[in-house]
Amino acid sequence: MSEHAEHAEHAEAHDHPTNSYFIWTALVLALFTALETSTYWIDFGSFATPLLLILMTIKFFVILLVFMHLKYDSKLFGAMFYIGLGLALGVYTAALCTFQFFVK
Amino acid sequence: MTTLELRSGDPSDSLVTPSAALGIFRRPLATTGWKSWVFTVDHKKLGIMYGAVAMFFFLLGGCEALLIRLQLAAPDNTVLSAGLYNEMFTMHATTMVFLFVMPMAAAFANYFLPLQVGARDVAFPRMNALGFWLFLFGGIFLNSSWVLGGAPDGGWFMYSPNSSALFSPSHGVDFWVLGLQITGIASLIGAINLIVTVINMRAPGMTLMRLPVFAWMQLVVQFLLLFAIPVITVALFLLSFQRNFGAAFFDVEQGADPLLWQHLFWIFGHPEVYILILPSFGIISEVIPTFARKPLFGYKFVVFSGAAIGFVGWGVWAHHMFASGLGPVSVAVFSVSTMLIAIPTGVKICNWTLTLWGGKLWFTTAMNFAIGTIVLFTIGGLSGVTHAAAPADTQQTDTYHIVAHFHYVIVGGAVMGLFAGFYYWWPKMFGKTLSERLGTWNFWLMFIGVNLTFGPMHILGMQGQPRRMVVWPDKLTGDGFFNLGFWNRVASVGSFTIATGVLLFVINVFRTARKTEKAPLDPWDARTLEWLTTSPPKEHNFDSIPTVHALDEFFHRKYEEVDAEGGSRLVKVKTAEEVQAELNAHPDEHMHLPSPSYWPILLAFSLPIITYGVIFNLMLSVFGAVILLLAAFGWVLEPSVAGHDEYDPPADSGDSTKELASVG
Amino acid sequence: MADTTIHAPGHGTTTGLSNNKLAMWMFLGSECLLFGGLISTYMLYRGRHEGGPGPAQVFDIPLTSVSSFVLLMSSLTMVLAVNAAKAKDDRNTKLWLTVTALLGSLFVGGQVYEFTAFYKEGLGFTTSLFSSSFFTLTGFHGVHVSIGVMMLLALVAIISRGRITGDKAEAVEMIGLYWHFVDVVWVVIFTLVYLIPA
Repeated sequence: MSEHAEHAEHAEAHDHPTNSYFIWTALVLALFTALETSTYWIDFGSFATPLLLILMTIKFFVILLVFMHLKYDSKLFGAMFYIGLGLALGVYTAALCTFQFFVK
Repeated sequence: MTTLELRSGDPSDSLVTPSAALGIFRRPLATTGWKSWVFTVDHKKLGIMYGAVAMFFFLLGGCEALLIRLQLAAPDNTVLSAGLYNEMFTMHATTMVFLFVMPMAAAFANYFLPLQVGARDVAFPRMNALGFWLFLFGGIFLNSSWVLGGAPDGGWFMYSPNSSALFSPSHGVDFWVLGLQITGIASLIGAINLIVTVINMRAPGMTLMRLPVFAWMQLVVQFLLLFAIPVITVALFLLSFQRNFGAAFFDVEQGADPLLWQHLFWIFGHPEVYILILPSFGIISEVIPTFARKPLFGYKFVVFSGAAIGFVGWGVWAHHMFASGLGPVSVAVFSVSTMLIAIPTGVKICNWTLTLWGGKLWFTTAMNFAIGTIVLFTIGGLSGVTHAAAPADTQQTDTYHIVAHFHYVIVGGAVMGLFAGFYYWWPKMFGKTLSERLGTWNFWLMFIGVNLTFGPMHILGMQGQPRRMVVWPDKLTGDGFFNLGFWNRVASVGSFTIATGVLLFVINVFRTARKTEKAPLDPWDARTLEWLTTSPPKEHNFDSIPTVHALDEFFHRKYEEVDAEGGSRLVKVKTAEEVQAELNAHPDEHMHLPSPSYWPILLAFSLPIITYGVIFNLMLSVFGAVILLLAAFGWVLEPSVAGHDEYDPPADSGDSTKELASVG
Repeated sequence: MADTTIHAPGHGTTTGLSNNKLAMWMFLGSECLLFGGLISTYMLYRGRHEGGPGPAQVFDIPLTSVSSFVLLMSSLTMVLAVNAAKAKDDRNTKLWLTVTALLGSLFVGGQVYEFTAFYKEGLGFTTSLFSSSFFTLTGFHGVHVSIGVMMLLALVAIISRGRITGDKAEAVEMIGLYWHFVDVVWVVIFTLVYLIPA
């Protein structure tokens, strides 16, 4: 137990991101948001929806991994969250499938 | 404001003391009397309170069941009006599921999880107290509907359109929705608390693969609760917005899809089924090895099949909806997944049976109940597998055949398992053993009663008697063996047989309480860590936190392998008393226990005020929200462990043995 | 904790991880299923707006884009607060927490403005299944943001008066996790509800 704790502290001391790293991350996120918003003015045709979904996923995980420290923290924290996320995706996608949501 | 003088010169004493932080209340310090219970954060006291309240609701739900069976005991009966009958079956199911089986499992989890993992308390003691009070107030709130305009009457899964204001004009459904929200919060915070306890509060050496099976099954259950509760929270919010604020989420007339409710309810509802049964699986996995005097056969299989049940349990919910026109693909998928989940369940039954095989069986009441659980659950499980076949299920949906099935698994499985737990752990919790003679009667009456009540329901269902039918006319009952009237009467007799069994249990409890004879320290020659401490355990559980070396640690401290002719055999080398004395020879020096607090009960109290407000007057809700906010602030400002200056005489300062959460 | 020694969070636990943080991550995992349910309800009902305006008629994408940007930037100020708290820099911790709370309030203000505008355009809570599910989903999110703002301001007050119990940096980090989660949910809502056409 102590070994693990020491390791965690050790990792934190080295990998903890600095303010400037956070600011750069935020800038990238802002850029992505601008790109997302641009779909309102520029017509991307049939690319719009996949593009938006990809951007959403990237933003989602950047916030999760960097701002919420999941990348630097214990895997156990991530596991707690990803189980919930996975179950949510699974059950609600299945439920929407039974409503023929994706074929309409 | 009367703050205690700081008694020592240690500068760290100038850290916040609750009295100074709040300026309102001094921390409750009573160790005896009602205050020591109402403001307690001790997991054992909370466990007992959970159990007592759940038992009260069990008797209440049981009376409701008896009224239902009385109504169906004779043709064209008039014991209950149709409206009252609807309220009765709705409240019977809601009470039994949410106010008895779940909290009774929580009672065992609260009391025994910290003991089994070798902790001094749960991770968040104040949260634990909050959970209990929310459960109690939620239960009272729900049942107050009986006198405030009528109980809910839409059935326990409250399908649309029965749940709409048009078909259920009383406030009953509102009470149901809001009451379940309150108990839902209780379950959610309880789940988080217990998971953190198992993950983070284990004694040295207590690896996950040395956890007792009960602790494992409870861990799975708490994960199911953690992720299932928010789903029903959504469903309940949507329904209450429909009933109270004019939305139309489930109103077909306004173009809504009533299946949305069914999906949300059963996405929660099917994990819920495993939430009900897995604690009992855990209990009998403790009881059977103890009384078969053999280790559990295939510990890892039992653990992993439990986890598998928990996981696959998320992918089978639509089998409750086979008759609702989901379409052939959905039905096929859910049909197959439902058949799959029978595999891990079957694995467990094999493991228990093989534990019994070749064991030196000791038929105590606890053991009887455990074996009864296996037998009855297997019957219920088998009829369950037949329901996985969609064509058969379409025939049986909403008939008594379904009623028979789920009562076999819930009464025969979950409830019998809980009774095994009562008889097994009573000496640990109260230091006195329940009467085995009364217990034997209790068991046989319940065992026979369950078969007498729910066995005939298979026949009734196959003959087409619909579920929730208020009255059966004599001229339509048919002839011969399949006469519906005959089997309905048998079921009614059976229900009173169960009730007599339960009554004997209650008598047993009161007689045991008056008994002066103490239970032996280790009456069953048990195997797990909770038996390593005194009966009942001290407030701090263990004088010295044990270091764990093996699965069934307590057993291995008593028994050693010695060489004998034809191999080695286990011989008892120490008594429980000796083992305990050995452990307590070097008690831990600095034990800081979580301190009692006013805030959990106060915070919990604000919720029913808010919910009564939603039904009767929103101003009341605002008032409740103000209390909620103030209580939350008081909570945050109060450290979970009292400063040592708050004890009289002051506690010795020093390192705390376990970190206790500041928000807990 | 009014103990003689204050330990780093996670001291003495089996895994070496803080109980509080573990609990917070579990709570967030559980929240995924709450918002998942609300989003699915909206998805199912977004096309059902007979007798009232539909999404395409009412949504004001420029306004919502600004709101989204504001909430995103509040996540940045939140991590700055967490870093300041870890460096035991009370002044900057309070500063960034306050800025985060202000940005959060701005977002909630934008939402109130948006709801009012929708109402004037004839989209009430009970107008259609679309409106009910839209207001429920975004309302739940708004309530989450509001609770976050209250927690941030309370935290600033508690830090100012030196009455924090337990580990200060951890308290900031915990509220930070909650705050980022609320932001992450908005990332999903912004795309699925506002940007992808029904």
